[in-house]
Amino acid sequence: MTTAPTRPSAPAKRTFTAAASDYLNDRTGLAVAIKGLGRKAFPDHWSFLLGEVALFSFVLVLLSGTFLTFFFQASQAEVHYDGSYVPLKGVEMSVAMASTLDISFDIRGGLFIRQMHHWAALLFVAAIGLHMLRVFFTGAFRKPREINWVFGFTLFVLAMAEGFTGYSLPDDLLSGNGLRIIDGMVKGMPVIGTWTSFLLFGGEFPGTAIVGRLYTLHILLLPALVVALVAIHVGYVFIHKHTQFAGPGRQPTNSVGPPILPIYAAKAGGFMFIIFGVISLIAALFTINPIWNYGPYDPSPVSAGTQPDWYIGFADGALRLIPPGWEFVWLDRTWSFNILVPLIGIGLFLVLVVSYPFIEAWVKGDKREHHIADRPRNAPTRTAIGAAGVTFYAGLWAAASSDILATHFSLTMEGVIHALQAVVIIGPFIAYFLAKRVCIALEKKDREIVLHGYESGRIVKLPGGEFIEVHQPLDEFDRWRLVSYESYAPLMLRPNARGKITFGQQLRAGFSRWFFEDRIAPVTRGELEASHSTHHEVTQSEQH
Amino acid sequence: MAQDDHSGTELAAADSSHAEQEFAGSTGTAVIPHDGFTNPGFEPHRPRVTDEDPKREKRAQRTVYTLFYLSILGSVWAIAAYMLFPIEGNDVGAVRLNNMFIGFGVTLALLGIGFGAVHWGKSLMTSPESIDIRHPIGGTEATKQGAVEVFREADEESGFTRRSVIRNSLIAALLALPIPAVVLFRGLAPQDQLPVELLSHTMWAKGTRLTLDPSGVPIRASDVTIGSAFHVIPEGLAELEQGRLEEKAKAAVLLMRLEPSELNPAPGRESWAYDGIVAYSKICTHVGCPVALYEQHTHHLLCPCHQSQFDVSNNCEVIFGPAKRPLPQLPIAVDDEGYLIAQSDFTEPVGPSFWERN
Repeated sequence: MTTAPTRPSAPAKRTFTAAASDYLNDRTGLAVAIKGLGRKAFPDHWSFLLGEVALFSFVLVLLSGTFLTFFFQASQAEVHYDGSYVPLKGVEMSVAMASTLDISFDIRGGLFIRQMHHWAALLFVAAIGLHMLRVFFTGAFRKPREINWVFGFTLFVLAMAEGFTGYSLPDDLLSGNGLRIIDGMVKGMPVIGTWTSFLLFGGEFPGTAIVGRLYTLHILLLPALVVALVAIHVGYVFIHKHTQFAGPGRQPTNSVGPPILPIYAAKAGGFMFIIFGVISLIAALFTINPIWNYGPYDPSPVSAGTQPDWYIGFADGALRLIPPGWEFVWLDRTWSFNILVPLIGIGLFLVLVVSYPFIEAWVKGDKREHHIADRPRNAPTRTAIGAAGVTFYAGLWAAASSDILATHFSLTMEGVIHALQAVVIIGPFIAYFLAKRVCIALEKKDREIVLHGYESGRIVKLPGGEFIEVHQPLDEFDRWRLVSYESYAPLMLRPNARGKITFGQQLRAGFSRWFFEDRIAPVTRGELEASHSTHHEVTQSEQH
Repeated sequence: MAQDDHSGTELAAADSSHAEQEFAGSTGTAVIPHDGFTNPGFEPHRPRVTDEDPKREKRAQRTVYTLFYLSILGSVWAIAAYMLFPIEGNDVGAVRLNNMFIGFGVTLALLGIGFGAVHWGKSLMTSPESIDIRHPIGGTEATKQGAVEVFREADEESGFTRRSVIRNSLIAALLALPIPAVVLFRGLAPQDQLPVELLSHTMWAKGTRLTLDPSGVPIRASDVTIGSAFHVIPEGLAELEQGRLEEKAKAAVLLMRLEPSELNPAPGRESWAYDGIVAYSKICTHVGCPVALYEQHTHHLLCPCHQSQFDVSNNCEVIFGPAKRPLPQLPIAVDDEGYLIAQSDFTEPVGPSFWERN
């Protein structure tokens, strides 16, 4: 982008827009940015919308949340409820719960805004998750975007923290039970657990401090971090320019799509209103978190079949899957592995997720910038690893509903737990294997199509009586979409300058073999010509 | 077959475009074939129906402004709904209508703008596709060198590397600085209390009557029939002014009566039950949820949160689920008037495990 040259002298008749933009520019120098970015290309693909869904639902969370702060009171002082909801009249509850009920039953449109806030928050986390999967499976985390992956991952964690702190604020029976579980998990941590819980709750559980503290986190600290990180994250999308899928004319060195002004602005801006509108429709029609059915928090009542918000499910499920007896007294101290193993397991999983781009870069040793998104099939091992990760997560997630699964399908509790334990431990391996074979099969199919064309469905009888199906060759544009990817070969070990093969190199070679030993190379011109001249099946050569 | 890191550079030369040179970098183990296909360039532009047919263009235009007008209608309706569907007379149905009709108005207002703008962009805006040229994110060699030079000069002028004594003392000071801030957080919880002390005691004491949760009515042993289960709190808890929930979170108890022959008390606990009536802590030993689902015919207790199961006839030992320890038992007896009382406090801390517990 070149900088904007100074404007030529104004024409005789100036429009209002020109005058206004001149006025602004002379005081802000924005013309440079507008000239540079206004016609910036934004590559188009439906999957690129997932990040936008996350962004726009977050905007709605901010707007609706601000409205709620005007009415919500984060106090655990006890009052007798005296609002419009008759079944709870006179019941002793905290001010937090009572003010949430007031928002729901005594402020017109209050329930609507509250439900929009909750639904938008659920969608926010879901969209981040799907967006992460899109970025993962298309390799859009490769250089130069590794660090932006880390920012995005941090946003995912912050979004879950936002969700949990918000869920805890109404101080109803469900949210109190959620906090009770957090308290139990914190207490189970070695060395620091007891004191951390004591400080967090300002004394004994539940205390009267936690809602106020979580409120500060929920509306001040966490949103500030999320806003800052969103700005950085989206800023880097501008700096890096968006990835694009391979296609005719699309080079690693260009970025092709509708310009920001006007088409992208119209489509993305309109899309924002559509997202708002869909959330609004859901909020108008479907109840979420009916705290008036649960009642105020009390450490004693039963609450069968309770579920956390969906994104916390995987953590709750991990707790449920631990077999009996994983707790020991050793050195006169209690070691709660029934808490530690889920914490460490989830922690390791998250560390793997955030560090995957760096691992793959190290294995490949590829130092180039990558701006063409991979089709998932063309990176079979990565796709298979992703499928394994999704299965692991899904197993834990399903476990959070183990009791509901058991009651709805008339199964035993034990049977459901054992089955889900198997899903979490064996499932990832099966998913890995299946995904990898499917990817390789699809790559082979792509090769077939490039070499022999599409099956046209037209059967022709040859003079000799033989029937053949006519295959229609691809045009060069369609062919390019199928052949323009790079495959990677396993690393060949060579001694370094001192004649040694280091352990690091051996490890890398091992990973490299695992990643790339059964790769399928894209069709080359030579192979295509050979297939045309011989009309014989060309064996899939992996040799060059 | 496979190339290693070093042979990649020779192959990269096969591509002649100058932009590729700008993006130089090791290709690692990527395989770049000598006779790969070349990019055919952009496909011919395909016009939209609205570009070719003025009638369709007109219709698209009508659709867009109609959607925008519908949006205005939605906004107006939302305001009208605010007034037409008030929440009155403690009526839950009114809340539902208020929520739904304001919601419909807002939805129409939002979707009208949204679909209108997208349709405008897709069918009427005429911009051709933009093509941006990418440049390496790291900038040119000269820029990189410039940045290195700035750091070098700054280091030389400040003596950051040379004057290592100053530098190290600064680092030490910066490391020490956050510690007071951390110490201040001790004030998050009362200074005169210790958590382990608090966790080890509950409201139960010798002679405390067992009362119903939440009414606080004392329970006679004769009221507890075989097979029944009561939710119990200590006498006086319901009247507590301060710390009621904190005490309840530790002292909540489940009372059940079984046939005395069905109980297998552990050694030393033979006298903790009264005529088949047993009292156990209701707070799960896993992470502290109330364990209150009692299955009468199996004498099993189930925690609704993580499905730990406890066997009441066998000292509430864990038979399934992530909990490890049995639910603590409250030793009970009967006073002169026939009411159930505690023989003492629990003999161990109740609730979830914690580090200092042993």
